[in-house]
Order: sequence, then structure tokens, then C-alpha cells
Amino acid sequence: MNPTFIDIKEFRQHMENLRRKGMDFLRDLIGMDWGDEGLGAIYALENTATGENIQVAIRCESRDNAHIPTVCDIWSVAELYEREIYDFYGIIFDHHPDMRRLYLRNDWVGHPLRKDYDESEALNPIRMENESPEDVQRPYEIAEEAQLKELAKQTNKIHGDQYIINIGPQHPATHGVLRFRLALDGEEIRKIDIHCGYIHRGIEKMSEKLTYPQILALTDRLDYLSAHQNRHALCMCIEKAIGIEVTERTQYIRTIMDELQRIDSHLLFLSCAAMDLGAITTFIYGFRDREKILDIFEEVTGGRLIQNYNVIGGVQADITPDFAHKVKEYCKYQKGKIKEYNDVFTNNIITQKRMIGVGVLTREDAISYGCTGGSGRASGWACDVRKRHPYALYDKVDFKEIIYNNGDCYDRFLVRIDEIKESIHIIEQLIDNIPEGDYKVKTKPIIRIPEGRYSAAVEGSRGEFGVFIESRGEKSPYRLKFRPMGLPLIAAMHKILKGAKVADLIAIGATLDYVIPDIDR
Amino acid sequence: MKKPAIKSIPYEEFKDNETLESLIAELNKERTNVLVSKLDDLINWGRSNSLWSLTFATSCCGIEFMAVGAARYDFARFGFEVTRNSPRQADLIMVAGTITHKMAPVLKRLYDQMAEPKYVVAVGGCAISGGPFKGSYHVLNGVDKIIPVDVYIPGCPPRPEAMLYGMMQLQRKVKVENFFGDKNRKHSRKEMQDSPIIVTNVPDSLNEKKNQQ
Repeated sequence: MNPTFIDIKEFRQHMENLRRKGMDFLRDLIGMDWGDEGLGAIYALENTATGENIQVAIRCESRDNAHIPTVCDIWSVAELYEREIYDFYGIIFDHHPDMRRLYLRNDWVGHPLRKDYDESEALNPIRMENESPEDVQRPYEIAEEAQLKELAKQTNKIHGDQYIINIGPQHPATHGVLRFRLALDGEEIRKIDIHCGYIHRGIEKMSEKLTYPQILALTDRLDYLSAHQNRHALCMCIEKAIGIEVTERTQYIRTIMDELQRIDSHLLFLSCAAMDLGAITTFIYGFRDREKILDIFEEVTGGRLIQNYNVIGGVQADITPDFAHKVKEYCKYQKGKIKEYNDVFTNNIITQKRMIGVGVLTREDAISYGCTGGSGRASGWACDVRKRHPYALYDKVDFKEIIYNNGDCYDRFLVRIDEIKESIHIIEQLIDNIPEGDYKVKTKPIIRIPEGRYSAAVEGSRGEFGVFIESRGEKSPYRLKFRPMGLPLIAAMHKILKGAKVADLIAIGATLDYVIPDIDR
Repeated sequence: MKKPAIKSIPYEEFKDNETLESLIAELNKERTNVLVSKLDDLINWGRSNSLWSLTFATSCCGIEFMAVGAARYDFARFGFEVTRNSPRQADLIMVAGTITHKMAPVLKRLYDQMAEPKYVVAVGGCAISGGPFKGSYHVLNGVDKIIPVDVYIPGCPPRPEAMLYGMMQLQRKVKVENFFGDKNRKHSRKEMQDSPIIVTNVPDSLNEKKNQQ
């Protein structure tokens, strides 16, 4: 799909019109550096009612003084996406309420995803002093004579008279290295300031130097609990671009593996959510059953957590002869265990008191913030990519999209439990019918993608995982962007946390189910 | 040093083997069992079998670390089951995952906050050398650049068995420590005096030194 370029003067008007026409879901926002043509951004939009997809692009010719009007009042998720682009490309979004870096330290020199970025150690050595808290936000405004000036007034994001506590970056309940700064009023949370980037590894920049098969290895390490799906998305995108049709057998294996991975992830979600709320037994139960999936993974792929299984044109190795038998055995076992989780945890009065009615995310907010996955479906938004844009074998199997309507922690929890059942249902339909054939199509030793822009999306374990490639016909991409599943979730956090207590933060964080290496990339 | 006063045995006789042996013989006559050992050995035995780790999981390796703690691999069998979230209470730091530029000062600070004797276990390729992300603009190529590492556990991520093996290597290391005296301290006494922990980003109003100036 090629985006339509909009002139910068008409941009705001155009975007507002699109929103009025029903383009309510900002799927992704991709920062671009087109070299001499200037910097810019590509907006991928979707109409959730009709399923219509469009891409809009904007370009500004000035490299040193690039300004784009913000759209974060139209689509709330843009607030963090735009901060990401500012961080990576140095594009300033006018009228953005909080134009700070998102991932890198605030004393970082340069913008790393620019093509002219200087990577030398001398500019950015490993700084061992603590980062000074940059509590100021700089609103940018366009002055009358089209001159761009930074406003002198600097406002504190979190005011000095509030009680501030710091959670993270090293905290067991943040599920990784995320840092919150909370402004409290008694026990109630007034404001939350989220700091990302503690595990930002610069995967997108690294990809621009690697060949396509090499990039595959990095996708597993984005969200390691949807390693298969991530890799599936990138493989699908590359296969689409070079015009390879994978075999039926590959499709079956990929779909089954994706669903096993989803169960694996949801079991880990169950374990961790339970442990965050203080239920150690459920943690042990979840991990006990998860090991059985890891055994299957290990036998087929050789890896437990990170499998490196999908490759361009198929999968790395054929399934083992007793794969079908083992998977069926597992499915039978797992179905019986779900009752156990419900008995020991879900129906527990403490769990229910801590989850029901806590941390409500409305459907409108879920769409505006782009919260896909289980968190979006708990708010009543049918956002499953497997239904919206079917890929692999999802249009051939029969499965229900789990939707709850309250949008609270308890519903987010139930969605995952029910999805385990649905995933087992999908696997059972496929496992007996795996056709004979090749598990891999032969590809050229050096893969070059023809010039153009390509994108693909899969339903990861915790939302829509998208891949965008802009190729110039080389053996490595000109620009590769992954749509993180977790970034919209943490963008919505300040909305969800309004009026919540500190203890609720733990329940909300646990049920939103984000994985930080996926957010930071 | 002040000489301790012990009623039953003069201080000099502690160094005299014959006296000690005669004391043991006397006790044995009353059918009392006597075990003579160094206090260091006793302490090391206790410490090596109760290693409390500070969980410092930044990415994938952290999930495998959780798996080691769960039902199947169960590291409680070896005495590592207590994980602490405060560096003040931990014996060792498990660096499980990639350390980025932004995380490096945080890791160093946590390490500095831990009480002696302290150990560092680098888990996985990223913590050892940067792993698959070596060469990225934002990744520290190995935690041994900023803190001393005792045990390296390779893998991406390492298997649970590898983690258990690595922890056992650490136990071996703990077992030969000399607890008395400061031979095995990571920082020498002089170093500790010369470079106390410096707290930066103190608000100006609280910064006494600055106010005095």
C-alpha cells in the first residue's frame, strides 16, 4: 500500500476530516528519513466499523528544523508515538503537550534513526552519572511570521507540592524495566509519568544494516512471549514482498505454533498476574503447565523460550513424527486444568475484590489509544487481527473472538483465560489434518526485496503486531518498523489510573499485560 | 588489640596444639564428640547454601529465571529460592538480560548499594558481551565493563539447567572465601575510604555542601 502525501499546510484539516469520516484507529505511526527529500512520518489508519485501511504521509523538507502538526488530540495514542519520532528523528510536533524524548536519555546527542546519525562512542559514551529528572515540558507553537519558536515558559509536568513516588525501573511488578513516577494525593494517584527506554536496544536501526534472514533473529527478542507470532509477521511481510507462496503444511505448522505460543503467553500472564496480587500457588500452577508447551517447542524447534523457528519461505525444520500426538495429549491435559485456575484464583474473593470494577478502560478510549489484544477486547472492541485481516489459516478454522464489555481488570483477566480455551479449539481443528508436503520453499541465498513499501500484521499474544518495510531494492531494508503491542497499553495508563489507588496500579499493570522489551524495541 | 579473658583456658594456649588435643581427649573420655574446624568453613557452608539473589531481570533471561524458580526446576533444592527486590538484602545480583546505556548507571547504583560480600552473575549473551545486540548504539557490551562479574552463564537465553550449574559454580566460589579479614572484599579498605557512594541529583535546597559555599 502506498501512502498519499499531504501538504503540510492542509495536514491538520485533512486528518480531522479523516477522523470525522470514521478513521478512528491509528494503527501505527512511522517516522521516516527520506534523505535529501527530508524527514517525515507515515500514518496508518483504520476505520474500525468498516475495516477500511489507508496510509497518509507527510514530509517536511527542512532537516534541521522539521516541524509537523500534532495529531495527539485526534488519536490519543499519537502522544507517545510522536514522542518516539521526536526521539529518533528530531521532528518536532507543534502543539504537542509534552515534547520530550521517550526512550533515550535526555542528554543523548543526536537522533539515532536518522541516516546522518553519528554513531561514534565519543559523542555518546556510556554515561555513569544518574540522569537528571527532566520534569519540564516544552510546548511548541508556531509564531505569526511562520517562524518557529520555542516558548520560554516551562511548565512542570508534576508539581512540586505533590507527593511523588518512583516505581521502577527495577521493580517486580512492572514486568520488566519500566519506570513510573507517580504523583499521589494520599493513596490516590493524581498523575503518572512513564519513562521507557531502559531496555531500548535499537533493533530498528540495527536492522538497517543486517540482511533479512539476520533480522529474523531479532524479532524473537522483541516480545519473547510471542516469539513465533513476531517472526511470523516479518516472514509474512518478506514473503509477500518477494512473492513466495508458502506450502499448506507450513501454514498449518505456523498456525499451530502461534496458538501454542499464545497459550504459553497467557499461562505466564496468569502466573504473573496472580503473583503480583500475592497468590503464589497459581504462579506455580501456571508454570507447571507452561513447561509442557516448552517441551513441545524444544522437541520441534530446539529452543525453549526463543525458538528461531519461522524462516523466510517456511520453517526451520520439519515437525517431529510424534508432534501431533504430543500436542493432542497436551490439549486434553490443559482443558482440565483451567477449572483448577478458576477454583484457586479466579473465583477467589480476594481476586475479585481487587479486580472487579478496577481500572476501567472504555471502548472509545481503547480505540483512541489503539489498545489491541486482550485489553482491547475486554473493553468490547473486536480488534482481533485474526478476524479483521485473516492470515495463515485463520479464515479456515472456526473460533470465537472473546469479547467482554466492562473493560475492568477482571474482564481483561477473563479474556485471557477464555482465549486459552479458544486456542486449544483452533489447534484441535488443525492437528489431525496437517497435510504432507515440504515444510520450506527454496529461496535465493541472498534475498532482495523489490523497491516499495510493505506491511503485514499478526495477532500477537498481547495485541496487534505489525511490520512495515520500506525497501530500496537492497538486501537490507531502508526502514523497518515494528508496531509495538505494549506502547498503546502504557499510553492509556494515565487514563485508566484516574482516581485509582497505588495498590490498583499493580492489578492494572498486571492485567494490561505488557512486555517491556516489546515496547522499547 | 585487647586480649580476651577466658576463664577455662588461657589465651596463649589457643595456639598450642598439645593443650587443645589434651582438652579434646578429656572431652572424648566423657563421650562427647568434638569437631574442630575453621569458623570460616562454617560460615561459608551456611552462606553458600543460602544465596539470596537480587532479581535484576531486564528481558528474556528473566523469564527463564522465573522458570528455574517454578515447579519443575525448583532452585529451592539448592538454597537459592529467596529472591530479594532490595539490594540491601541480597548476596548476589543476577544480571539477566540486556543492559542499555540508560540502564547502566542504575545497575551500577544497585551494585553499590549491596552489602559486602557481594557477587555478580551475568546471565545470557547480552549480559556477557552484548549478545545479538552487540554493535547497537544503545547497548552496553558486557556488564563486566562496569561491575566485576563472578560467574558467566552463556546462552540465549540459558537453559534452566545452565542457570543451576552457574549458581553451583558460585557456591564453589563462596565456599573458599575467607570471611575474616578483608582479603576478599571487592573494594579495598582504601578504595572504600577514597570513594564513598556519591548521591547525585540532590535538590539544591537539601544540598548542604552547596549551601555552605
